[in-house]
Amino acid sequence: MEEKSKQNHYWNPYLAGFVIGLMMIAAYYFSGEGLGGSGAFKSVAIAGVDAVAHNYAKDAAYFAPSVQEGAESPLNSWLIFEVLGVIAGAVISAAYFNRLSFNVGKSPKITNKTRLIAAVFGGILWGVGSQLGRGCTSGLIMSGMAVNALSGYIGLIAVFGGGYAFAYFVRKLWI
Amino acid sequence: MGPLFPQELISETINLLLAFFIGTGFGLALEGAGFTNTRKLAGVFYGYDFVVLKVFFTAALTAAIGLFLMNSYGLMDIKLTFYPQTFWIPTVVAGIIMALGFVVGGFCPGTSVCAAATGKIDGIVFVGGVLIGVLGYAFSYETVFEKLSLGQVNIAEWIGISNGLFIFIVTMVAVVAFVVVTKIQKALNDKNPVAEIENLGL
Repeated sequence: MEEKSKQNHYWNPYLAGFVIGLMMIAAYYFSGEGLGGSGAFKSVAIAGVDAVAHNYAKDAAYFAPSVQEGAESPLNSWLIFEVLGVIAGAVISAAYFNRLSFNVGKSPKITNKTRLIAAVFGGILWGVGSQLGRGCTSGLIMSGMAVNALSGYIGLIAVFGGGYAFAYFVRKLWI
Repeated sequence: MGPLFPQELISETINLLLAFFIGTGFGLALEGAGFTNTRKLAGVFYGYDFVVLKVFFTAALTAAIGLFLMNSYGLMDIKLTFYPQTFWIPTVVAGIIMALGFVVGGFCPGTSVCAAATGKIDGIVFVGGVLIGVLGYAFSYETVFEKLSLGQVNIAEWIGISNGLFIFIVTMVAVVAFVVVTKIQKALNDKNPVAEIENLGL
């Protein structure tokens, strides 16, 4: 019972937000960077394609800037190290709260299969969107809002406004 | 004066080490707030759990206020940082694509990494989906950006008010929103709670 209650115990949301805000300030102050999520996916994708098809990558518009001869590996980047830290932090926290276990997170009203298909499809949309929009919730919106960038507010309105507009049509996935 | 790395005041090794520790703090707070639980994330769109809105706006405004003050007191020069350029149309289109991805997939890329790392199978397949999407985009990439860039646009200057006033207004809106959504969430969950609501740790 003790263990179970700890699993469902979460930080105060304002405290979590405050800590993330401080990390954002540190990122800008020390490194001149915002916090990111999708940037690391881009680096991994570029490094992967470069590893299997270097001749294609060095001439293709999306990959070429990152994979020229003598350039540093795209994996040796600030956003990759930041995301490695995110992974470490998440694992430490999940271990502390006894949330480190293999399971599928979903509404009890849908099957695992439905949830996993929806998750892959949602991921693909984020993959495309984050490249077109040059960032995701972290890199485009939150990091943009942190410095009053217009792009962050455009992203905020499009992602959250769009989310509310679409929510009704996929409500069976969640409620 | 910050930012330190762009002015070569710290080494690249220190910079990457800091990236790791800053990321660790970010990951601790994301997991701690419940962002590996897809139901807690989706709740913001259905009113049963507004944790996303509370964490997100508190984080963005803490950073905005802190960076504004540091810039005002001459502790750092925001112009020397990565300051995002604004692309009107691509960002709106991309935002709508990501919005659909959010309500269908129940994560965003950063939260999916946390979920995958802590064993959530839905998080693992979401991460795979993001990689597929990035590659799909990459293989069909064209340089649309250069033509559509508005350059680096500050929203306060764009509206025609000071940065401080703009941040103050957004903070007031957020505080009102925090109060209102807390009431909505309580009313909704008292009247018609979602299944297994006890697992959301509200």
